[in-house]
Amino acid sequence: MSEYALKLYVAGQTPKAVRAFSNLRKICEEHLEGRYSIEVIDLVENPQLGRGDQILALPTLVRQLPAPIKKIIGDLSNTERVLVGLDLRPRRSTT
Amino acid sequence: MAKRRLERPELHKAPTGIPGLDDITNGGLPQGRPTLVSGGPGSGKTLLGVSFLVNGAQQFSEPGVLLSFEENAAELAQDVRSLGYDLDTLVAQKKLIVDYVHVDRSEIEETGEYDLEGLFVRLELAIREVGAKRVMLDTIETLFGGLKDTGILRAELRRLFRWMRDRGLTVVITAERGEQMFTRQGLEEYITDAVISLDHRVHDQISTRRIRVVKYRGSTHGTNEYPFLINRDGITVLPVTSMLLEHEAPSERVSTGLPALDEMVGGKGYYRASTVLMSGTAGTGKTTLAAHFVDAACARGEKCLYFLFEESPQQLMRNMRAAGIDIQRWYDKGLLQFHADRPNRHGLETHLLEMHHAVEVFDPDVVVMDPITNLMAVGTQVDVRAMLTRVIDYLKTRGVTALFTSLATSVQSLEQTEALISSLMDTWILVAIKEENRKRKRWVYVLKSRGMPHSHDVRGFEIGAQGVRLMPIENDAATPAKAKRTKARRPK
Repeated sequence: MSEYALKLYVAGQTPKAVRAFSNLRKICEEHLEGRYSIEVIDLVENPQLGRGDQILALPTLVRQLPAPIKKIIGDLSNTERVLVGLDLRPRRSTT
Repeated sequence: MAKRRLERPELHKAPTGIPGLDDITNGGLPQGRPTLVSGGPGSGKTLLGVSFLVNGAQQFSEPGVLLSFEENAAELAQDVRSLGYDLDTLVAQKKLIVDYVHVDRSEIEETGEYDLEGLFVRLELAIREVGAKRVMLDTIETLFGGLKDTGILRAELRRLFRWMRDRGLTVVITAERGEQMFTRQGLEEYITDAVISLDHRVHDQISTRRIRVVKYRGSTHGTNEYPFLINRDGITVLPVTSMLLEHEAPSERVSTGLPALDEMVGGKGYYRASTVLMSGTAGTGKTTLAAHFVDAACARGEKCLYFLFEESPQQLMRNMRAAGIDIQRWYDKGLLQFHADRPNRHGLETHLLEMHHAVEVFDPDVVVMDPITNLMAVGTQVDVRAMLTRVIDYLKTRGVTALFTSLATSVQSLEQTEALISSLMDTWILVAIKEENRKRKRWVYVLKSRGMPHSHDVRGFEIGAQGVRLMPIENDAATPAKAKRTKARRPK
């Protein structure tokens, strides 16, 4: 099992979903090389999976491991925010 | 717009199954459209929505989906269990789905564009699983606390409401009342079909719940504020002003419980579905006369509902047993039911609703309210009269014969205090005590009795071990012999 177990929830191949996936790949390659796994879950195919992780907004990135569970919503276009969300960067006080 | 409305046939309605609410909305909520239910905390929004879903699933074969944003399924089920709703069973029967949508801002980071498609997917799945026709969103405004981008949120809510409308779902959306708007986030901007407002006010330490249909596009509706009640049987709304003077007037007669008193009211007793006021000062025997009436009704196999505002049922039954009237046996048989309540425990409207509800559930032939005067302390004279009018209209509509006792503080005040309510009564009987030869003697006379020739005699009576006994008319004061005989029989 990878150190960083990530799940990306999408609903179909929407532009947002595609963007989110490529942004995520890039960030992981740069910051978590060899320490991560990504599972893409398409709610169009498996709608029942949305309940377990309390998915509301799409795309949603769920950091399953390490605990605690973290959620990042959006197309992940803001790398800084994604890193903060994954606890790879310290959270700055709110501006 | 107005012109078009004239040509358009009346909307289809989705009945809520909530007694009274379907009356004031002329049949229910707009079918296939969203209805906004707004109110303060604890005003009963969730309950109204849950009733709509539960009744839909149980009575109208319309399964439902409850998207709950505040409580999880277990908490919700627990909350509504005390009102007689069993959500778990409905869920097991695939008539209802409760999906708890949990949003915690602290565990969500927002980066870049997103939408709420996940919510749509979950809702669609739930709808498909039970074939839902009804949906409740409770309370969707919670999302505003969970997501930062209100621009996206608003656009998505607009899309959600359109989406539900396209699918022909009848939707209840609950919302917390805002400062100046019906909802905190201005949801009324999106939901324009129907808006219902709930209110929970406390006045003089007495709380009353009220409901108002603020808006109902394309349909007529009652515009007043109506009191409503939440108790173990769910929600009851009382559409008070819809009552008209249209009730039947049966010519059948019912016994007063005493042949001698029957004789005084046209020889046959009261009219069925009429109202009787029995008034007098303290200790004159009003309740004992009422007990005779009850005893006779139950002996005929009729059901009697007795509202007590002063004594407990046990106390009353014991006292009546001492006076030779065993009403306990009717209570044990289930023909007699009591509803004992302190007048100052609720506001008038809540009392009214409680009474309505009790009558609705027990479906009595005869109702006694003892003493009605205690209720007068709860509100102004105008309010009390208005409330009594509603009670009486309601009872008459149901064909119930009602007896009200009224406690007068002094003999002088007897006729004036009751000017307030006596006009609502068909028969008015007065009982009094007068001192005579250093003995207090009881008297009864009929002040009025509509639609029948009634006695104008003032008859003496006594209460012994066999209950009330009326003295023969001509001998009342004239023959000392009879008076002596009764005196001798009475152990002192």
